[in-house]
Amino acid sequence: MSPASSIIDVAALARLGPEPDVVISSRVRLARNVSGLPFVNRATHAQRHEALRLLRKAVERSVAPGLAWLELHGAAPRDRTLLVERHLVSRHFAESDAPRALAVSPDERTSLMVNEEDHLRIQALQSGLALDSCFAAACGVDDALAGAVDWAFHPRWGYLTACPTNVGCGIRISAMLHLPALRMTREIERVQNAAKDLHLAVRGYYGEGSVTDADFFQVSNQTTLGSTEEALLAEFRDVVLPRLVAYEREARQQLLTRDRMMLEDRVHRAQATLGAARLLAHDEAMRLLSRVRLGAALGLLPVDMARVQRLMLEIQPAHLSLLRPDAGVGDDAERSVRADYVRQALS
Amino acid sequence: MKCDHCERPAVVHEHLIRKGVIREVHLCAEHALEAGLAVPAAQPVAEVLLHIAKSTQGDAARPRALASCTGCGVSFAEFRKTGTLGCPACYDCFQPMLGQVIERAQAGGTAHVGRAPKAAAEVELRRVRREKLMRELDSAVTAEQYERAARLRDELSAIAPDAGDAPGREASGPSGPAR
Ligand SMILES: [Zn+2]
Ligand SMILES: [Zn+2]
Ligand SMILES: [Zn+2]
Repeated sequence: MSPASSIIDVAALARLGPEPDVVISSRVRLARNVSGLPFVNRATHAQRHEALRLLRKAVERSVAPGLAWLELHGAAPRDRTLLVERHLVSRHFAESDAPRALAVSPDERTSLMVNEEDHLRIQALQSGLALDSCFAAACGVDDALAGAVDWAFHPRWGYLTACPTNVGCGIRISAMLHLPALRMTREIERVQNAAKDLHLAVRGYYGEGSVTDADFFQVSNQTTLGSTEEALLAEFRDVVLPRLVAYEREARQQLLTRDRMMLEDRVHRAQATLGAARLLAHDEAMRLLSRVRLGAALGLLPVDMARVQRLMLEIQPAHLSLLRPDAGVGDDAERSVRADYVRQALS
Repeated sequence: MKCDHCERPAVVHEHLIRKGVIREVHLCAEHALEAGLAVPAAQPVAEVLLHIAKSTQGDAARPRALASCTGCGVSFAEFRKTGTLGCPACYDCFQPMLGQVIERAQAGGTAHVGRAPKAAAEVELRRVRREKLMRELDSAVTAEQYERAARLRDELSAIAPDAGDAPGREASGPSGPAR
């Protein structure tokens, strides 16, 4: 197996997880700041290096061995983008040139962002609906670091964060959802309104700041104060998420019974376009793959949903250039390589 | 010596008289300002007491938020603009406005109840015990139960971590490995 394709294999999101028809991935993130240092945005260059040094020492001594430590300020642009495409770091984190690092486990399910908005963000990421094991993994790292670093903590406000809306538990619980039917039935706005009432944030495929123009939505809690982590997790897992997943499944059933022809037409057209296109932009490919994924989930297309999941990872710009290093440069070259890649994968 | 309310060193050491009980307070610059005490502590005690007496009447009793953080220099106006704070001390300096901002964003949550670093839990436990003993001491003195008051004072002074600053009060004796 080539090194390029094994880099796909090790990605946390390369395979399907539980409830894959609607839930793409689950994530739990904990924000922590080192006591005695200014928050990252206010820290000097030297203080950021100090946070890096301190946290690297603590991580290497306390967290299970085998975490790779990547200093991003020296990384090439493509490597940074690669990490964004794997949902390991935010775009903002990838693009800044200040001292910062990512520590990541071999299976990429556990990672630590150092010097993002907060000194440390512990994140656990898994395919499908796996909030409990993400939560356990994130807390495991938090526990391991407990004796090694003094965190900024306030008796009333809990863990102190650069943005005061994250105080308390400093936890963000989120799920990436595939909601194509809600979009087709134009009920997605109702969901977004409901999300506001439930104090949820709704973001796009690449998280904060990314647009929600495709069918993929990242939904996360916004309340972090006044409830335990377990209570916030239970609310999200047992109340919020089942409701959103059920909405989407109902919308799919509604389409199957009332608009079956329209639905079949759309998923087959998407498949045909992917099988015939000679130039394919990333956003167009994602829109079409979303429909093919829906067709696979409903049994309307003889396509393996796991293959679609993997393709969504592979056709992103940095991954594609890694898989097809011989391709020329420029927009047209990239679109042409992507079209060829998808045609082969789905034939 | 550490501040009574946080981990920073105390720069203000005062005796406050409340209900006939003299109370020692040790505060860092921020907490001293918040309590209405002047920094540095070089002022005559009478003036400080006058200041306290004034500040316990009416509006002034509420701690006033500082214009900018004594820890990092960020101003509340800057925070308003960027949405991010500069350092942990901002959380104390920008009270009570910041508290209102947080509570509004948190849909009713007013205090943390989740995970906590072990050390912080101990610090908080000591703070709660100290306050409880202080209240009992107040009532003992008011009721003229002097023996009880003396016992409570002993209990109060035995609470760490200030005990660590007083040599010889540690039960473990001279430093060295335990047997
Ligand atoms: Zn540097
Ligand atoms: Zn203080
Ligand atoms: Zn500050």
